[in-house]
Amino acid sequence: MTFIKSAICALAGATALCGGFAAAAWAQNEQFIPRLVYRTGPYAPNGIPFADGYADYLDMLNARDGGVDGVKLVYEECEDGYNNDKGVECYERLKGKGPTGAALVDPLSTGITYALIERATADKVPIVSMGYGRADASYGPVFPYVFTYPVTYWEGADAIITYIAQQEGGVAKLKGKKIGLIYHDSAYGKEPIATLEKLAQLDGFTFEKFPVSPPGIDQKATWLQIRQKRPNWMLMWGWGVMNSTAIKEAAAVGYPMDHFIGIWWSGAEPDVAPAGKAGIGYKAAVFHGTGTDFGVIRDIKHYLYDKGQGKTKVDKIGEVLYVRGVINALYDMEALHTAHKKFGNKPLTGEQVRWGLENLDLTAARITELGAEGLIAPMKISCENHGGHGLVRMQQWDGAHWKYASDWIEPHHDLLDPMYKASALAYAKEKNITPRDCSKTQS
Amino acid sequence: MELLHALVIDPIGAIADNPEFLLEVVIGGLLTGVMYSLVALGFVLIYKASGIFNFAQGVMVLFAALCFVGQLQLGMPLVMALLSTVAIMIALAFVIERVVLRPLVNQEPIILFMATIGITFFLTGLGQLVWGGDVKTLDIGLPKDPLIIGGVLVNEFDLTAAAVAGLLVAGLALFFQKTSIGRALRAVADDHQAALSVGIPLKTIWVIVWSVAGIVGLVAGIMWGTNLGVQFSLALVALKALPVLILGGFTSIPGAIVGGLIVGAGEKVAEVFWGPAFGGAIEDWFAYVLALVFLLFRPQGLFGERIIERV
Repeated sequence: MTFIKSAICALAGATALCGGFAAAAWAQNEQFIPRLVYRTGPYAPNGIPFADGYADYLDMLNARDGGVDGVKLVYEECEDGYNNDKGVECYERLKGKGPTGAALVDPLSTGITYALIERATADKVPIVSMGYGRADASYGPVFPYVFTYPVTYWEGADAIITYIAQQEGGVAKLKGKKIGLIYHDSAYGKEPIATLEKLAQLDGFTFEKFPVSPPGIDQKATWLQIRQKRPNWMLMWGWGVMNSTAIKEAAAVGYPMDHFIGIWWSGAEPDVAPAGKAGIGYKAAVFHGTGTDFGVIRDIKHYLYDKGQGKTKVDKIGEVLYVRGVINALYDMEALHTAHKKFGNKPLTGEQVRWGLENLDLTAARITELGAEGLIAPMKISCENHGGHGLVRMQQWDGAHWKYASDWIEPHHDLLDPMYKASALAYAKEKNITPRDCSKTQS
Repeated sequence: MELLHALVIDPIGAIADNPEFLLEVVIGGLLTGVMYSLVALGFVLIYKASGIFNFAQGVMVLFAALCFVGQLQLGMPLVMALLSTVAIMIALAFVIERVVLRPLVNQEPIILFMATIGITFFLTGLGQLVWGGDVKTLDIGLPKDPLIIGGVLVNEFDLTAAAVAGLLVAGLALFFQKTSIGRALRAVADDHQAALSVGIPLKTIWVIVWSVAGIVGLVAGIMWGTNLGVQFSLALVALKALPVLILGGFTSIPGAIVGGLIVGAGEKVAEVFWGPAFGGAIEDWFAYVLALVFLLFRPQGLFGERIIERV
């Protein structure tokens, strides 16, 4: 008995000691990045390449530069399965890790983003919801810890309608047209509805909504309704298996694929590949370049894959969601780099990283320096604007590759900015938040 | 008044205005129901023979489809991949009987049910570990073009699925009625102890029934995988089979078919004509509501064995 007690004490002591060493290890020059990922479950085919791209970028920076400005990057993945409750649990588990806690958090889920906004703001951990999340959080005075750049769903919806107008021969030609939206019946899928309703009112088209229960493996009834109502154009806000099922069902009812446009989360290889030939001609919005012909992707290949490392197969590294994961990491790390200039090259707190995010200035020259020329567009974030440039272009699936189908489309900032502000101020009123005065914000 | 409009006047008006569309929706629903039945059949087989509600049936559909498409992608010919997957599913049945079921003989059904939850997690992990988590395209040349028959839209794929389900049910009926193994299976389903007392080997029967359920899972996996691509979501088709089972009865093969047809047609009609009154996307929960209504009147389902408790 005494022996067992001694053994337990020894083990407990060793654990404490190891804990001490671990704490000491954190105290060294390391920046902790929490990773909320979904590598299992129905959304895994989309979650895996994104998580791989993000991780590969951090590993490449560690291998090539020893981290960001000499601060080594450490990260830990937590599997949330695209569930809001698990996402919050992962955030709570990871937020205190590292010598300075979580630098920032990328939820990769609009639902999780909504669930984290108040918590993360209270914890002073910035949320980067790159191309997803709550669009009105682009209004920085009300949402100091939320960043939606480089584009929001409202801008996506606006850009797609602009593209449709171009195809129809002008905005005036939209009058009398019918445009439908098939959407994931969740916070994410509902996000563009207000914008589309507003645009329908302004441009004179009829807007029809077709919700799909997640995950969306059976959409026959929805597509029979669509066939019955015969919209001139269909938009899709889907995710995971819903996308490929929708494309197949659209083909099954004979809907013209070149009049079917998805948002950027409905426009990757896992969305079109299962549909086979049925997917040819399908279009999707995108806010970045894809492929492997970029300096940063070449560096990932050189520093990781050529050495037998890397998180995925080498032929996957140019795919849409992989590249998007790389871009998300690139933006995040550039925010760290920006913050280092003010706070010094050391592990940063969430509050310091927030400053870096709010002062992010990705000029064309800096983008070239980062090896991302053609991959992302220049962008400047400010206290007022957490939403970035909002530039979107269309791509079209040719059966094997995505090809660009339009030039960059500038969103109607004059229409959307007041909408962000009004919605954010309504939120502020509801939550008793006093908006920041950006003229007094320290830069 | 608005509610009356949304729930009664508008849907009835829409049906009266365009009865052809109703027919199209009903036919589409029936054909979708056949796909639900394919999954439900696997549940019924195992429940009939062992009284176990096999929570892992959905994952068995996924696992079988993953093995099949994975081997195809490795360059194996179609027939070889099919036979090899059948062999894998039979081997799986052996392992499940030896490792999971045999040690749990005579345990409460809830214990066996929990064990099948364990099998679910194991097979999910194993499938992803061996074949990866990406979406795999499955195209074995099944026709998929839309057809207009008498002004009604149907898809060639749905008709093929209906034919496959019909063949499968006919094959299972022959197997159960005309073979000695089938008679033994029915004996075990009627009474385990009595079957054992006349020398029917329970363990062998379990292996056979899990193998047959695995092969039914493979057929369901091929049909659903052709439709959705082979990915984790295939496991979720089990959720579509549950209301079918409640409705048709857990022990009846014809019940699984009829239940599937009722659920398929019912949910599609509800979604199209009554969905707008609830904001849409009602078909998933509507199927369960429909099943619950049936439960109130026939707890054993349409074709299930009547529950008689003697006290």
